[in-house]
Amino acid sequence: MTLNQQRKLKTFITGLFAWTIALVLFFPIFWMFVTSFKTELQAISIPPTLIFEPTLDNYSEVQERSDYIHHAFNSIVTAFGSTILALIIAVPAAFSMAFAPGKRTKDVLLWMLSTKMLPAVGVLVPIYILCRDYGLLDSKTALVIIFTLMNLPIVVWMLFSYFKDLPKEILEAARMDGATPWDEVVKVVLPLSMGAISSTALLSIVLCWNESFWSLTLTASDAAPLTAMIASYSSPEGLFWAKLSAASTLACAPIVVFGWFCQKQLVQGLTFGAVK
Amino acid sequence: MSYLAITDLQKHYDNYHALRGINLSIIEGEFVVFVGPSGCGKSTLLRTIAGLESSTGGSIELDGRDITELASSKRDLAMVFQSYALYPHMTVADNLSFALRLAKVSDAEIQEKVRSVSASLQLDALLDRKPKELSGGQRQRVAIGRAIVRQPKVFLFDEPLSNLDAALRVQMRLELARLHKKLGTTMIYVTHDQVEAMTLADRVVILNAGQIEQVGTPLELYRKPNSRFVAEFIGTPKMNLIPADKITHKEDELVFDMFGHTIHFPAKRIKGTQPDSVIVGIRPEHLTLVPEGGDLTGRIELVEHLGSEAYAHIQLQNDQTIIVKAGARLELKDGQEVHIHVDVNEIILFNDNDQVVSVIPEEA
Repeated sequence: MTLNQQRKLKTFITGLFAWTIALVLFFPIFWMFVTSFKTELQAISIPPTLIFEPTLDNYSEVQERSDYIHHAFNSIVTAFGSTILALIIAVPAAFSMAFAPGKRTKDVLLWMLSTKMLPAVGVLVPIYILCRDYGLLDSKTALVIIFTLMNLPIVVWMLFSYFKDLPKEILEAARMDGATPWDEVVKVVLPLSMGAISSTALLSIVLCWNESFWSLTLTASDAAPLTAMIASYSSPEGLFWAKLSAASTLACAPIVVFGWFCQKQLVQGLTFGAVK
Repeated sequence: MSYLAITDLQKHYDNYHALRGINLSIIEGEFVVFVGPSGCGKSTLLRTIAGLESSTGGSIELDGRDITELASSKRDLAMVFQSYALYPHMTVADNLSFALRLAKVSDAEIQEKVRSVSASLQLDALLDRKPKELSGGQRQRVAIGRAIVRQPKVFLFDEPLSNLDAALRVQMRLELARLHKKLGTTMIYVTHDQVEAMTLADRVVILNAGQIEQVGTPLELYRKPNSRFVAEFIGTPKMNLIPADKITHKEDELVFDMFGHTIHFPAKRIKGTQPDSVIVGIRPEHLTLVPEGGDLTGRIELVEHLGSEAYAHIQLQNDQTIIVKAGARLELKDGQEVHIHVDVNEIILFNDNDQVVSVIPEEA
């Protein structure tokens, strides 16, 4: 084999491998999407029905049984609200940790990350009781607070690792030019890190959108986001796969579209720091 | 009267004493260069003056005001960084006007100042560009322009030319010298390049291990170094240092014994106690190759031809190599034995502590 042929074969094998993994990952979503157009009987038939006449009955039934707009609105408010709140806290925190680190900065960062290692269920009871006592059960406020705290470590870490890579001299130059710390953040750091901040925000929104543990335990109907709506289709009367799939498809749709538009930022956000 | 007065300035890092009591006074309009090997504290000193590092002792006074504890942004100093440190998200015009905008200068005045500075630095055509679209030399100009536009009390330069290629560096060095003449503003310049120090400075401050080794005009430092450190640091090629372990005291002269060769030095020229051993320092241009006789002999190891002159590296009997400046047209062959005449009047003597032995200059 010539060198050129070897290279072509290598590209082919890598491509095949990548496609296989991509398809395996995509398959559940594809299957969910297909199932949502089947009848309940077709949905559970074995072997699975591959050729069928698509129906929109599931979607109309989901629409009848649950208020999609209401849940979607809750999802939007909690995801965006908590992301904005997290950024407001994380930007100054990451800024000071990156540009004026103290002796314990590394420990603080590690400690923050360690909270992500604690299983959520471990703090379920205290948080539930706190929410109950403050009358926050089934409220969007509770979800926004919990989501903010849940994502804060990740948001701080991502911003920190980006800020750390900004050349220090640029801030020193600003300081010599007469900039106050506030000027430094607003006029130099923020404009320079719009990319990082938007990709961090995007990641946080996606994580909140998909969050189900806390939204299931802390909400019932008023504040229930889309994840809770999906779960309501797995009921004691049995599983309704087709309707469940329709609900899931509806819940995924907005974030998939949103993610599609922000693909570039998302990839950058997940990999920055790793590749410079 | 001193314009910038630094008194007993100290800087400690955790376990490291970076500045060990710096005393320095700079007059208005002076061009002062801090020079020294890496790690000598020159950048730390500059950054402490800038307020980017806090001092741990001593004081800094600028124009009669104590600025030791003042924030960098309020010191009215401008700094040019080695990495240029331009704001990447702003155009050249915005970079230049950033400080003025922060100071809430009126738009009309900003425009006028940016226009005049960009004209004087040939940046007019580049005002709408972002830093990443500029070459290294252009970026350097913008960084300098950003400092000039503010009309600060003192300019601070932190190795501003070390990222440029050799030709551009020489050109920018000239431009800086012209700029200083034109503006007449006090400038402090840090470099590790002694040629920059010699050519730009009114006064050079040589730092070593966190302390000032010597302060003086470039020629003073070249001709009358206080210590072996300064003597070796200033001048290219380096000063030759030849140990004379045995000294015979005669009536009115000292005879330095250098592995069989002798140099006679008038005893009355030495102030204070007569030393028992010295290190003889002599610059390459004060050694001459002679056909016979001479004070030293050696074998040519290598000749560097620079066109206008040549430097002969000559191995002496003790295996030490010294450098002799020779005429460019002199026929020299590798391995050839040569005789060297030492100009005794230009000798600089160092004692065992590497300090200079005081000598009364020979009368002409």
